[in-house]
Amino acid sequence: MIELKNVQVTVADFNLQQINLSVAKGTYTVILGPTGAGKTVLLESIAGLHAVNEGEVLLDGKDVTNTVPETRGVSIVYQDYTLFPHLSVKENIVFGLKVRHVTKSKIAEELEWICGIFDVEPLLNRQPATLSGGERQRAALARALITKPEILLLDEPLSALDAESREEMHAQLQDTHRKLNITTLHVTHDFEEAMSLADNIVVLNQGKIVQVGRPADIFYRPASDFVARFTMARNIFEGKISGQVGKETIFKTAGQEIYAESEKNTAQYAVIRAEMVNLTPEQPVSLPNVFRGTVKSITDKGANILITLDCPPQFECLLPRQHFEKILLRHGQQVYLSFLPAAVHLI
Amino acid sequence: MEVWRKFARTAGSYFKRHRLLIIFSLFSLVILLFILIPLFKMVFLSNKEALWQALRDTTVLESIWLTLYAALITTAIGFVLGVPLAYILARHNFPLKGVVEGLIDLPIVVPHTAAGIALLFVFGRNYLLGKWFNAIGINFVDSLAGIIIAMLFVSVPFLINSAKDGFRKVDVRLENVARTLGASPWQVFRRVTFPLARRSIFTGTLMMWARGISEFGAVIILTYFPMVTSILIYQRFESYGLTQAVPVAAILVIVCALIFIGFRYILQREKKRD
Repeated sequence: MIELKNVQVTVADFNLQQINLSVAKGTYTVILGPTGAGKTVLLESIAGLHAVNEGEVLLDGKDVTNTVPETRGVSIVYQDYTLFPHLSVKENIVFGLKVRHVTKSKIAEELEWICGIFDVEPLLNRQPATLSGGERQRAALARALITKPEILLLDEPLSALDAESREEMHAQLQDTHRKLNITTLHVTHDFEEAMSLADNIVVLNQGKIVQVGRPADIFYRPASDFVARFTMARNIFEGKISGQVGKETIFKTAGQEIYAESEKNTAQYAVIRAEMVNLTPEQPVSLPNVFRGTVKSITDKGANILITLDCPPQFECLLPRQHFEKILLRHGQQVYLSFLPAAVHLI
Repeated sequence: MEVWRKFARTAGSYFKRHRLLIIFSLFSLVILLFILIPLFKMVFLSNKEALWQALRDTTVLESIWLTLYAALITTAIGFVLGVPLAYILARHNFPLKGVVEGLIDLPIVVPHTAAGIALLFVFGRNYLLGKWFNAIGINFVDSLAGIIIAMLFVSVPFLINSAKDGFRKVDVRLENVARTLGASPWQVFRRVTFPLARRSIFTGTLMMWARGISEFGAVIILTYFPMVTSILIYQRFESYGLTQAVPVAAILVIVCALIFIGFRYILQREKKRD
């Protein structure tokens, strides 16, 4: 278990401020945030690589705030896997055991065990420079885990990979976590990666934690307009609550009324995820949130099509390709967009 | 005629495509010849009989040997004291770091005779450190120790700067990973940082040794006797003229060329292997 209590860290001109975080044992937690948010600094602070100015870092209940990195039982894997370039893959993997003066027979035993998990045996005599991205990651994970750390820290582990290798490594990370049940902290700026891997997500911005929650909470119930924007909610409207109709709250923005399933009395933003918006050529009946709009742009996103509509306000809608091909929209076409009050999140 | 025209066309097109390379190559050739011709002329066009005589002259041989091993001891001292400083400069920020870096470069820019005088003011028999060392039997004037401190002063910046660049090139995250894998700072330095910076350190060491061998100005202020080769060349030139000085200089050039070309070859081979 990782606990951070009011942790404050300064690295050059950057500050991590008042970090309070609790990561349960055996969970997979993703730290999500834009570039420069302080994700890597947070990870390195947990590893003991930066001095903590204020606050406490507790690992499994033990205060390690002033403990050196080599005794924390924490392993880190960086974005480009940072294998030692002057050592073979085998020497890289057993590095942690050698510096701990583990006996040769024990090293051989542990090497066999880790080779079984990461399938790195064919790579053992190769130099890191000759490995592919996926092979490097497997070697780096094997090196990080051969010492059986309590905590695994992953700094953007999928960023340096091509799309195919990403999927392969994604599965590898899930598999590793399932097999070893190790407390994992994974840093990324990619919210889709976070959604698919995490038990919990911590959103970090400008050195501060801005939201902690399960992936669905972050995705559908962002705590701020920043989180909404960062998770690509796309439809974020500024306005205010103007009334209540039964269980539904009316949110007024740009002259339009949006019905939200919420008990809030005040709100500054209404957030509707683009994939929750539906488009129909005919006006749907008995739905509270129906708007007529003109198709302004159509962007092919592969599996989905992004459609921008001028209502006003301007809405964005992410349609599955199959659905898009059924309704066949054109630029300038008039369509009806609709969404359920439950799809509206008020902040 | 047709052949000539075709050749002119090809040459013209080659020049257009490689204009920068051709112009730079011509400039490079000028500077290479500038270095090579005087040394070549001194070594290969000097009187063979005089060269042979100098090779059998024990004063010359002893002087070359003294120069080589004094520079070697100097380099060893520079290595032990300079590499840690290079590491600190590469890895840590502290107040007045820029001043410290400027100070390290100072021995390169001051006239070496001035450096010798400055050293004399500290290590001379009647001065601060000179007195202390004298008490334990180490004397820096007209002695091997004097040669060494003069060489050290003027040559150690080459090692420090080269090692510092080498350490800077080592990704700090490699050190971080090593720490989290259980390595102490010492183990990280020995197993990761130093091996990865070794080529720059080795190059710096070689440069330092070379600079030590060629030192004249600082050494002559502290130690005229025993004579290092640069002083011997000067002394022969002053006392007997060019004919006596050239063979000694030629021998030193040949010895240095053999050593340094050898080391460069080793470095290149290692680079290729990596």
